[in-house]
Amino acid sequence: MNNSMANVLNAALGWLTKALDAPSAKAVVFGVQIGGHLFVEGLLLVVILFLLSQKSYKPPKRPLTRKEIEDLCDEWVPDSLIPPITEEMQYEPPVLESSAGPHAIVDGKEVVNFASANYLGFIGHEKLLESCTSAVEKYGVGSCGPRGFYGTIDVHLDCEARIAKFLGTPDSILYSYGLSTMFSAIPAFSKKGDIVVADEGVHWGIQNGLYLSRSTIVYFKHNDMKSLEAALEKIVVENSKRAKKQRRYIVVEALYQNSGQIAPLDEIVKLKEKYRFRVLLDESNSFGVLGHSGRGLTEYCKVPVDKIDIITAAMGHALAAEGGFCTGSSRVIEHQRLSSSGYVFSASLPPYLARAAITAIDILDENPELLKKLNANTSRLWKELSSVPGLSVASSQDSPIVFLRLKKPTGSAKDDLKLLENIVSRLLKEESVITVTSKRSTLDKCRLPVGIKLFISAGHTESDLLKAADSIRRVAASVFAEC
Amino acid sequence: MITIPYLTALTTYFSYGLLFAFGQFRDFFRKIYDWWKSSDLQGYAPICLGLEDFYIRRLYLRIQDCFGRPISSAPDAWFDVVERYSNDNNKTLKRTTNVSRCLNLGSYNYLGFAAADEYCTPRVIESLKKFSPSTCSARVDGGTTSLHNELEECVAKFVGKPAAVVFGMGYVTNSAILPVLIGKGGLIISDSLNHNSIVNGARGSGATIRVFQHNTPAHLEKVLKEQIAEGQPRIHRPWKKIIVVVEGIYSMEGELCKLPEIVEVCKKYKAYVYLDEAHSIGAIGKSGRGVCELLGVDTANVDIMMGTFTKSFGSCGGYIAGSKELIRYLKYTCPAHLYATSISPPAAQQIISSLKVILGEDGSKRGAQKLASIRDNSNFFRSELQKMGFEVLGDNDSPIMPIMLYNPAKIPAFSRECLKHNVAVVTVAFPATPLLLARARICISAAHTREDLLKALEVISKVGDLVGIKYMPVEPMKLQNGKPTKKED
Repeated sequence: MNNSMANVLNAALGWLTKALDAPSAKAVVFGVQIGGHLFVEGLLLVVILFLLSQKSYKPPKRPLTRKEIEDLCDEWVPDSLIPPITEEMQYEPPVLESSAGPHAIVDGKEVVNFASANYLGFIGHEKLLESCTSAVEKYGVGSCGPRGFYGTIDVHLDCEARIAKFLGTPDSILYSYGLSTMFSAIPAFSKKGDIVVADEGVHWGIQNGLYLSRSTIVYFKHNDMKSLEAALEKIVVENSKRAKKQRRYIVVEALYQNSGQIAPLDEIVKLKEKYRFRVLLDESNSFGVLGHSGRGLTEYCKVPVDKIDIITAAMGHALAAEGGFCTGSSRVIEHQRLSSSGYVFSASLPPYLARAAITAIDILDENPELLKKLNANTSRLWKELSSVPGLSVASSQDSPIVFLRLKKPTGSAKDDLKLLENIVSRLLKEESVITVTSKRSTLDKCRLPVGIKLFISAGHTESDLLKAADSIRRVAASVFAEC
Repeated sequence: MITIPYLTALTTYFSYGLLFAFGQFRDFFRKIYDWWKSSDLQGYAPICLGLEDFYIRRLYLRIQDCFGRPISSAPDAWFDVVERYSNDNNKTLKRTTNVSRCLNLGSYNYLGFAAADEYCTPRVIESLKKFSPSTCSARVDGGTTSLHNELEECVAKFVGKPAAVVFGMGYVTNSAILPVLIGKGGLIISDSLNHNSIVNGARGSGATIRVFQHNTPAHLEKVLKEQIAEGQPRIHRPWKKIIVVVEGIYSMEGELCKLPEIVEVCKKYKAYVYLDEAHSIGAIGKSGRGVCELLGVDTANVDIMMGTFTKSFGSCGGYIAGSKELIRYLKYTCPAHLYATSISPPAAQQIISSLKVILGEDGSKRGAQKLASIRDNSNFFRSELQKMGFEVLGDNDSPIMPIMLYNPAKIPAFSRECLKHNVAVVTVAFPATPLLLARARICISAAHTREDLLKALEVISKVGDLVGIKYMPVEPMKLQNGKPTKKED
């Protein structure tokens, strides 16, 4: 259409030219001879400018009308808040009617308890109960405020100093819940753009902390140092330009609660120094357990404690209290006091639990033979359980979490779990021994195989251990004979 | 809405600008000093990069003694504040053995259960001896005792829902529940002033997050309409589900949530309502049942009710109450239930006993007295402060009253002057509040007597005159000998 218009115009201009080749056209303006053709060119210029200034065709924007929005809102049907309840969701745990010591009472009868991480047997200890009672009488139960607003009670400061003294680090900081320790500490130090290399078997608290920190995460094979080294090598090669500003961390647990393995800390420290990474160690299950005086994995592997940058632990295991702590250099700890969300925006630990932790560390310091007893129990049970039909021991020899896995897995995690739960419930009903299967949340990314866990305590007697081993052998034999 | 006076806004900006300039100056000199003296990082990146902790190093450290004051007694109406001193200009503070007895206007002790209580404490000590301070295992392993089951039943009955589940910490309750209920493909619409635990939980879930203007149901409706019509970002598929998160009382404003209107809007657009009653459960409502009772909202219309036990019950922990199926599903898959140590049994007993006192089941009238006392105290204190000319936020009946300070220099001035007169207050600044709107926050308790409140008013008025924070016009008061002449019922 534009072309035909231009043609018509040109024809008209041709006639115009002839008309303009009259004497009046041969004038001289400003030294330029005006011939008739200049008029044509001038007109062409005007036409071109006119065409250029036209807007190109765009379909008109039509925002949704009010009626359309209302229709869409009426039609929309949300999913239900929760998926339908299936049979496996109806599971009820055993209800204890006494304290969770090595012998407990369930449904009126006495059972041997291998389900509490009471490694040093402090549950029911006299001194602990005495100090807690006096703390409750003096301070009440709760602390009624976050640490920044009058929730700091002198027992908190004493507890932090005691932990730092026990481990030999400059400073430490208390959190009010074990699970929130890791997922508040990691985002305080690692942000978008930093790199974290973590073991694939870490527990949910660490996974959540890594997700919230928005850093790049690389997982390596569970407890496999070659896989770790390959991952570190790859990262250093790919990111050599940003080395000055990019923080790099390795996150491992000392004693993995998903598999009972112990991390080889001396090799990790060698790798860390070679590739210039910082190490974050979670000692929840090894604090008060490993090492000849209970100082954890650093003592067990003979690594000086200042080589580890950040150590966190939950106190709900060996210390029979609740809450968690983090320890390291002063810079690291001071930074957490204002940027760690689980510390700043949450009420502080109840004072009687802080007092319980101090008393527990004092008792551990004075009685290192508890550790020897725990060690003896662990090796005894490990030996006994190596001859169970159908189940094999998958945890390290020194670990107080004994992890039993199926020798012949059925192929699907759900069926494995059903089989193991069968064993566990029969153990409780017929043999009065409480054990646990490893349960996974739908949010958990860990893909390690499931199994049966037994938590050994220094309070267990030899007859308890033999009874447990016999019962497991019997029940496992009968369950595997049925299927 | 807070409207800041023009002159105050100018002076506040000027003060912050001056502090910022000074801070940058000192950082510059520090950089030169560090460059001259070689650093010992040996190839590692610094663990806290330059500007991240600028605020901490240059602004917060100057007034560090106003925060984190340690106490050495129970956080009751009067408590002992430990004195601290510093040898290096507030960089590190050391404790002394001197204590000063101060009036406590800062702890969350709404019903006065913070210290040893005549009904609760003997029972707590009994359960301590029976069940010991910790169970050392998760709820699904061996950490469920008969106390835990009793507690969940009591809480469900009190709140008015069929079932409840209890966790050991309120912060973790929010952070671990939201990822379970909603994931990628869902939408969370939260109030702009929600607490950090809700923000963390929402981020951890992977859902898309949108914010609506604080306490404005009309804006919530607009956001809902837009979002449902547009669908998920970029792919425009319809949302899987929408959860609207609000709080009962907002802890920095002292305002109540406009719950009836919000519930109506959510019902119309088929969104689920999540109510966080951390500060309101036990403190407001005729029998202490929280914001639903006060505003007359049926609890069946709120899908998920969450709360904590730290504030009104003098203990620790959080709960979620909802339908039986919801609680069963949460018990099956919530990480805080599967992996974290269960709530300490003495703390559980404290909650059960305090619930019994509030409901009057212990055979005395103390519960009703406490509830009436906190309501009367809050209303009296708020009206007196407003009469004196302070700018006080918050609704009637709410036990939290923030007093606006605005200027950064007034924050330490107010805090230190009040401490000199033995009144302990809490001052809050950036980043918990917007930059210009620093405030002092007062929390009233049922344990405060009328004399305590009058002393507090006297001290605050004196300090307010000295510091210059009476921004509103003063109403003439009729006072005779320090006691108001109006009748109290």
